[in-house]
Amino acid sequence: MILQALAFYVFAAITIASGAMVVSSRNPVYSVLFLILAFFNAAGLFVLIGAEFVAMILVIVYVGAVAVLFLFVVMMLDINITKLREGFLEYLPIGALIGIVLALEIMIGLGVFGGLPTGTVASLNKAGAQVASIENTRAIGQVLYTQYFYLFQVAGLVLLTAMIGAIVLTLRSRPGVRRQKVGEQLYRTKEQAMTIVKVPSRGGL
Amino acid sequence: MWTIGLGHYLFVSAVLFTFGVFGIFVNRKNVIVILMCVELMLLAVNINLVAFSVFQGNVVGQIFAMLVLTVAAAEAAIGLAILVVYFRNRGTIEVEDISAMKG
Repeated sequence: MILQALAFYVFAAITIASGAMVVSSRNPVYSVLFLILAFFNAAGLFVLIGAEFVAMILVIVYVGAVAVLFLFVVMMLDINITKLREGFLEYLPIGALIGIVLALEIMIGLGVFGGLPTGTVASLNKAGAQVASIENTRAIGQVLYTQYFYLFQVAGLVLLTAMIGAIVLTLRSRPGVRRQKVGEQLYRTKEQAMTIVKVPSRGGL
Repeated sequence: MWTIGLGHYLFVSAVLFTFGVFGIFVNRKNVIVILMCVELMLLAVNINLVAFSVFQGNVVGQIFAMLVLTVAAAEAAIGLAILVVYFRNRGTIEVEDISAMKG
């Protein structure tokens, strides 16, 4: 139990610290790297709580796809970092104010100040003690592919839409660049391809 | 202290969410960092959903977390594509220039 608690504290501390570094890092590349660290540690938290499947999906989707996509874009765009950092201190007070207000609201919602009627969080704490009879992945599969099948399909459609959107947005045809147009090349006729030139003798072309 | 309950997870997720919102307000000029902060907020929401799902013994929360993950991936792809196109056209990604964009 103590080992589990220690692991939780380590994972939680690194997650929160790297979250803070994402926000306050000077270079966007470091921000992305700290984001990856935060995702890894959040996956550790999920494993600790017993949600292995979501943890693995988090590592694969977030670290493997989203964070690398961010890294690509950050490194591809030639942006002026110092210029983008200019307003940091200027916006710090209002950001801190909004952050504090939000944190207070969340604490009120969680019943830290005794707002909730009967400690909701505490009652759930006791309920969570039971051990699951089947493993996490099987449980998710049993629900996802039966009860929530349409939702699963819609998630696939969302991804398809995103893929088409990203391709359509970033595809461009630059003038002066010769690309292969397979259809046009295949349907070229003999008349388009070659001309017969009558060359007079001793005249040259 | 040594038994980890739901409250611990909720605390982590609340702190992460607050950092995300704070980052959006502080990094007003850098759209990439704003997108990263949105990802951070979605991660906090996912931690919340999974924690409640486990402590209630109901697996539906984890399915919802996976759907949130799907939408987050789609959002990141579209957002970064828009960013790349914008950078190609304008040569900068400052938010103030984006707000001056007219159709």
